[in-house]
Amino acid sequence: MWQFFHKLGSPKWFFGISTRFMPWLLAGGLLLLMSGVIWGLAFAPKDYLQGNSYRIIFIHVPTAFMAQSVYIMMASAALVTLVWRMKLADVFVKAVAPVGLILTFLALFTGAVWGKPTWGTWWIWDARLTSMLILLFLYGGVIALDRAINDEKSAARAVAVLVLVGVVNIPIIKYSVEWWNTLHQPATFKLTEKPSMPAEMWVPLLLSVLGLYLIFGWLACVRMQTEILSREQRTRWVKEFVTKGRV
Amino acid sequence: MHPIRKKRLTIVLFLLVGLSVAVALTTYALRQNINLFYDPSQISAGEAPVDVRIRAGGMVEEGSVVRDPESLKVEFLVTDFNASVPVEYVGILPDLFAEGQGIVAMGRLNNKGRFVADQVLAKHDENYMPPEVANALEKASKAENKPMSGTAKPATY
Repeated sequence: MWQFFHKLGSPKWFFGISTRFMPWLLAGGLLLLMSGVIWGLAFAPKDYLQGNSYRIIFIHVPTAFMAQSVYIMMASAALVTLVWRMKLADVFVKAVAPVGLILTFLALFTGAVWGKPTWGTWWIWDARLTSMLILLFLYGGVIALDRAINDEKSAARAVAVLVLVGVVNIPIIKYSVEWWNTLHQPATFKLTEKPSMPAEMWVPLLLSVLGLYLIFGWLACVRMQTEILSREQRTRWVKEFVTKGRV
Repeated sequence: MHPIRKKRLTIVLFLLVGLSVAVALTTYALRQNINLFYDPSQISAGEAPVDVRIRAGGMVEEGSVVRDPESLKVEFLVTDFNASVPVEYVGILPDLFAEGQGIVAMGRLNNKGRFVADQVLAKHDENYMPPEVANALEKASKAENKPMSGTAKPATY
């Protein structure tokens, strides 16, 4: 276990191992995401009340769920950066922040598109929507803070602190619909109960969530590899990789 | 664990705990501002201010919707199954507006205890089902002579 943890600290080792996983992540992710989305958009039954407009959940729920998952992963990596000063953890935070930003934006955008016909408004300042908007700003802040500090080490620490401070927003997003009166409905999926949705609706939804997870894994690897190459450009292994094409 | 790392970990954990407490206290103190709407129990208990723009939310009571045939005026009762508040609204209602559905209305409470809304939004609950299932449920509930709302869990307010 500890040996694995120490190996993870080596950018070169990560570069080699991630290259092997990436095709699988991409292929599996595309397969799951495409089947989930196509099944959901074209074949799943209509909702009795909303008709076809509910189908946006097959995009809205995976993006909103991933936007929060990515932030939790970033916060764990930030903790590792602060306590163990592991370089790769910082590489991860920098690599995935823009991905999280885009996922959060997509969740807000699809929610607004659905909100107009269903609720009657694009936007309302209820607790769920507002806390999600704060998440968008947090992602933006992380990216901006990282760009604003030139020194790699001080940028890493400042960003890690910001990410950890922002993590208190995650339980607020999750429980906003229970703690306060909101226009947004409570969660359809709960860990302890059966989903309040039939299987022919939640199975495609689950497929697209899993697919998006794998696609995110692939994207994170691609972006981390790029970041590693640019940071380690003066080392011998990177020069060898560039000239010979192999680690 | 290395003592320096242990110290760093403690500092980070303290920071997180302190911050969570601070945020919890702040949101608790501001809960009335964070709540999007007053529910009918709060309004009938006199907790909602009169003649100030507020939101009221709850279920549209079964059989309470009265439409004026001459204009777009609609009157209905909003309930949380403990208390209900009369609401009047002039305008186009969202597609999902129906008896037994959740709504959030924006407007003012007049001194007669009536809520005069200038915007009505539909609140969707967390239950999804295909139309065939909904029809079957409705038939079953009619056969047993029970209201439809008995089969689907009412949304929580």
